[in-house]
Formats: sequence, structure tokens, C-alpha cells
Amino acid sequence: MVTQTVVLAQADQRLDTIWIDYVFVAFYFVLVLGIGVLARRSISSSLDFLLSGRSLPAWITGLAFISANLGAIELIGMTANGAQYGVPTVHYYWIGAIPAMVFLGIVMMPFYYGSKARSVPEFLRKRFNTTTQRVQAVSFALASVLIAGVNLFALGLVIEALLGWSLQLAIPVAALVVLSYTFLGGLSAGIYNEVLQFFVILALLIPLTVAGLARVGGWSGLQERVAAGPGGLGDLSSWPGTSLTEIGTPFLSVLGIVFGLGFVLSFGYWTTNFAEVQRALAAKSMSAARRTPIIGAFPKALIPIVIVIPGMIAAVLVPRLGALKRGEATDVTYNNALSLLMGEVLPNGVLGVAVAGLLAAFMAGMAANISSLNTVFTYDIWQDWLRPGRPDLYYLKVGRAVTVIGCLLAIGTAFIAGSYQNIMTYIQTLFSFFNAPLFAIFILGLFWKRMTGPAGWTGLVAGTISAVIVDRLVAAGVLEVSGQAGAFLGASAAFVMGIAVAVVVSLATRPKPDAELVGLVWSLTPKETRMHSTTGEDAGWYRSPTLLGVLVLVLTAGLYLIVP
Amino acid sequence: MSQNPEPERASYEAPSAATTLFDLRTVIALLFAVYGVILTLMGLFATGEAELDMAGGINLNLWTGIAMLVVAAIFLGWVWRSRPLTAQTQEG
Repeated sequence: MVTQTVVLAQADQRLDTIWIDYVFVAFYFVLVLGIGVLARRSISSSLDFLLSGRSLPAWITGLAFISANLGAIELIGMTANGAQYGVPTVHYYWIGAIPAMVFLGIVMMPFYYGSKARSVPEFLRKRFNTTTQRVQAVSFALASVLIAGVNLFALGLVIEALLGWSLQLAIPVAALVVLSYTFLGGLSAGIYNEVLQFFVILALLIPLTVAGLARVGGWSGLQERVAAGPGGLGDLSSWPGTSLTEIGTPFLSVLGIVFGLGFVLSFGYWTTNFAEVQRALAAKSMSAARRTPIIGAFPKALIPIVIVIPGMIAAVLVPRLGALKRGEATDVTYNNALSLLMGEVLPNGVLGVAVAGLLAAFMAGMAANISSLNTVFTYDIWQDWLRPGRPDLYYLKVGRAVTVIGCLLAIGTAFIAGSYQNIMTYIQTLFSFFNAPLFAIFILGLFWKRMTGPAGWTGLVAGTISAVIVDRLVAAGVLEVSGQAGAFLGASAAFVMGIAVAVVVSLATRPKPDAELVGLVWSLTPKETRMHSTTGEDAGWYRSPTLLGVLVLVLTAGLYLIVP
Repeated sequence: MSQNPEPERASYEAPSAATTLFDLRTVIALLFAVYGVILTLMGLFATGEAELDMAGGINLNLWTGIAMLVVAAIFLGWVWRSRPLTAQTQEG
């Protein structure tokens, strides 16, 4: 069914690209591959390959942190949400990301970075036990391959519709480019490219927003046209967001957004997702590591301006999207909003930059998944479990091999992802399976020293099972909520069940002695070890994580006030 | 607690990957310089009624091109200003 839509779309949505547009794309690829080649020279150990030798400055890790999250799914999915729901989409950013990012930087990073764990599963082994490490490593590996596939698929669709390449060609070619630079340059190449990608993505979004606003008559012109459209005023104000959650009662809708999205899904993703945390672990000092997510939070707070607004503009400017919103039969979906708007308002030239930006977004997402996959697989599954005790260069080779295999598997799961209609919902559902349970045991383990090793993995398993059950209930129509709200519910269920089971199991088993938990549990970690240096390169008021964290929270609150 | 955890490394010639790696800011500047030049030229010489109408009356190529050149200059300026400091980059 999806293929039909795509074939139809192909003819109508082909962008009017000319040769010069491809010059932008080609030059971008040259730089990306060049970075891969040059980064290779800095690699002489597995730690260099998988964690950049823990040596990168905060601005780089901070931008990479946010860029790893700005995949094709985010761009396409969020503009789609902007077109479909309007302003409530900002919740995904301001509630759904910023608080969690600040929490990660200020509260959790000292434990992650200070523990010298090379991955989240390794941290879990230190805090809980080996079984927990293995359960999480396998779960994470599975999730990474699935999500990398979704990124790949989203991009394949875009390339196919816009440039006319077939999916069978577009997906492997795109995978090959990512593979090339991650294979050569490891995490460093990935991170450097993510920073580059961040700027190219901005070069796509900013002109798009500016041109789109000019076409509809500015912000007030947009407001008028949206208010007159099918979404009405609901599209223009962020609360209670009932169209987003499809929960009819405003109170429950707000609750769903704040607790389900804002707390569980959001904290679950940002505080434990290794694809993100890995970027902070590559930082050169504790201070830099703490600042990484907070530095990333600033662009994250402002980016909705250039993502939600184009989505809304697309819905009023592009006739076929307007028809879709009115419920008429049409051959496009909301997922096409971004590319339709690109074709509508961008002249050749900037259009080429925009295509490069889309490709950049895809590569950022996929590379982040592949690089976190190969770290977890090499260290947690291969070195700690299946083949321990080999020299480091052996594991470096394993890391490279996993990069290749991971990309190949992602090509496979890309075609699985193709069977879903709404990839945003699919992604949120995956998060409810994999991230929410992890967050539950993580946070409990951090603040409750009585929590035992076995409670770690039993909590994980219980949480995942609960999320899967909720998902199946929603799919079967037993729970009558939207797909998105279903994901929020699933995440909440996973969280609650995970904690409940962990508590019960903890009370029935023995905890590790306190001495082993120093640095891993809040109450057992003296304040000094949670601090970072404030001298030398880490000095300066503007380098204080707490100050920056407060600043970004104030900024976000301010944004909520400005927005209706 | 040490400020900067020791990287475990086989060889130890260069102090850190960050100094071994080229400066990313130069690459970013290069990207925007090239993009900026091409777009500005297109904006000046290849923009007609149709392109202006598409973008709501704005010469998008021209303005985006100029903005990119400014960004490139900013990044180059940043690299220059911190040149003297990179020599003292902490070793780990």
C-alpha cells in the first residue's frame, strides 16, 4: 500500500531540480567523506574509534548531541505534525525535550561520565549486575537496528519521490555513504559530520521558513489562514492540545502531554538513550560532558520556529495538503509536507542546499544509531560477554565489522519500516518498548540504594512487556486513543510496571554492598566527586552547567508565554 | 576526582584527538563559503520573475548566499581568534 502512494507521489512531487542543485549535494558529500578520511588518522585504539578518545570540546559534542536527534524522522515527522496539529507540536520540544536534557546534564552526567562506563549497559553492570547489562545491550542493539532502518527508509522515500531514484537504489546508496565515513573515522567522523549536518539542516530550514512566511503574508497572514482552515483556532494554541492527543477531556489531555510525553517518554529518551549519551561521553572533561546536553538544549528550544511554522505553512499553501486536512481524498500524506513546501517556495539554488540538508538529516540520524550500536555491541556484547580478554586492536576491528553489518541490517529493517503508515508513531512506540523501562530502573537505581541487581533486569523485562501489551491493546482498538497517545500510555505503563516489579524484586533479594555503589547512587556519592573542575579550560561563568541549564529553562518558559 | 579522565590509548604522540583532528570550524567555513558564493552569483544573475514569486517576492538565493558568506566569515574569525590558545590545549 505504501508503495502505491509512493509511485503516485513520484510523478507529482518530483522536485524541479537542475544540475546546479546537484553541485551543492555533491560538494557536501565530498566534505563528509573527506572528514571520514581525515578522522581516520586520529584513531589508534578502540576507545578512539568508539568514543573519540574522550577528547572533544563541549560546543562540538553539544551540537552533535542535538544533531544526532535531528534525523530525517524528526524533520519529516515534526513538519508533518505541524501541518496536522499546528502549534501544539511545540510540546515535543519544550516539554518533550528541554527539561530532560537539562536533567541529564546537571543530575545524571556526573554519574555517567564519572563512572568511566563506556556505554549505558556497562553503567548498568556496575550498578546492577551482568544480566542487566546483557538484557539492556541486546534490547538496545535491537532498537538501534530498527531505528536506523526507519531513518534509512524515511530518506529512501524522500530520495525516491524527489529525485526519482528507486527505493532499491536510494537506500543502499545512502547507507553506503554513512558506512564509508563511520567505518573510516569512527565516532569522531560521526560527530564532526553531525555538527556539519546541523548547519546544513539550518540552511534548509531557515530560508524555507522565511520564504514560506513571505508567501502567506507573514505571521499574521499565517494565523488568519490557519484559523480559517479545518484546524481552526485549536491549531494556533499549544494547550490543551486535544487534537494532538485525541484525548477529549482537556484535563486528561494536558496530563497525557505533561506526564506521558514530558516525563516518561522524554526523560526516558534523553537520559538513557545511548545514541545521545555517547556524544557527551566523548567530551574532554566532566564540565564539558555536563554542558553537552545543555548546549544542545538551546538550539532545540529554538528549532520549532523553523520546523513547526513550515509545517503549518505547508498545510495552508499546498493545495493537496489543504485537501487532506479537510478530509478529502488525496494522494499525499502529512509526511510529504516538508518536501511539498520545498518544491513550492524554493528556487533552484537554495533548493539544492535544501536537498543536501535533507540528506544531511538522514545521515545524522542513521550514523548516530550505527555508532552507538557498534559501541554497545563491541564492548557490552562482544568484549564483556562473548569473547573477552583479547587485545584492544582486536576490538577495534570488531567495531569496524559491526559498523558494516549494522548498516546492512538497517537496510533490511528499512523495508520493514516501510509497512507502517506513520513513522513518528512507530518511533514513539519503539521508545515506549525500549526506553521507558530503562528509564524506570535507571532512576530508581540512582535514588534508591536498596535496589538490587536482579531488580534491574526484571524491571526492564516487565516494563517492556507492559508497553507491548498496551500497544497491542491500542492496535486492537480496545484502548480508544490516537497512536501517539497510545505511545504515551505505553511509556507510562512501562515506567510504572518497571518500578513496581523492581521494588518487589529488590525487597526479595540482596543489594550490593555500599562500597561497590559509590559513584553510582546519589546518596553514596560525595558531593565533591559530582562536581567538575572550574579552572583552566572549564572556567568562566558561561561554562557553568547549572547557569546554562537555568538559562535554557527560562528561555523555554518564555517561549511558552510568547506562543499562544 | 581528576578533571580530565585519561584516554586509554595505544600510542600517545598527539595529546588528544581534538588536536590531532583538523579544526572543524574551518570545514564549516569552507562549506558556507562555497555555498555562499554560488548562491550569491545565482541570486545576482539567474533570478527572474518566477523565482521571486515562488519565495514571496524575496530574492532568496541572493539573501541566503550573503548570509552564508557572513557565517563563513564568523567561523573563520573564530578559528583565528583561538589559534594562539590551541597550542596550550591541555593534554588530558
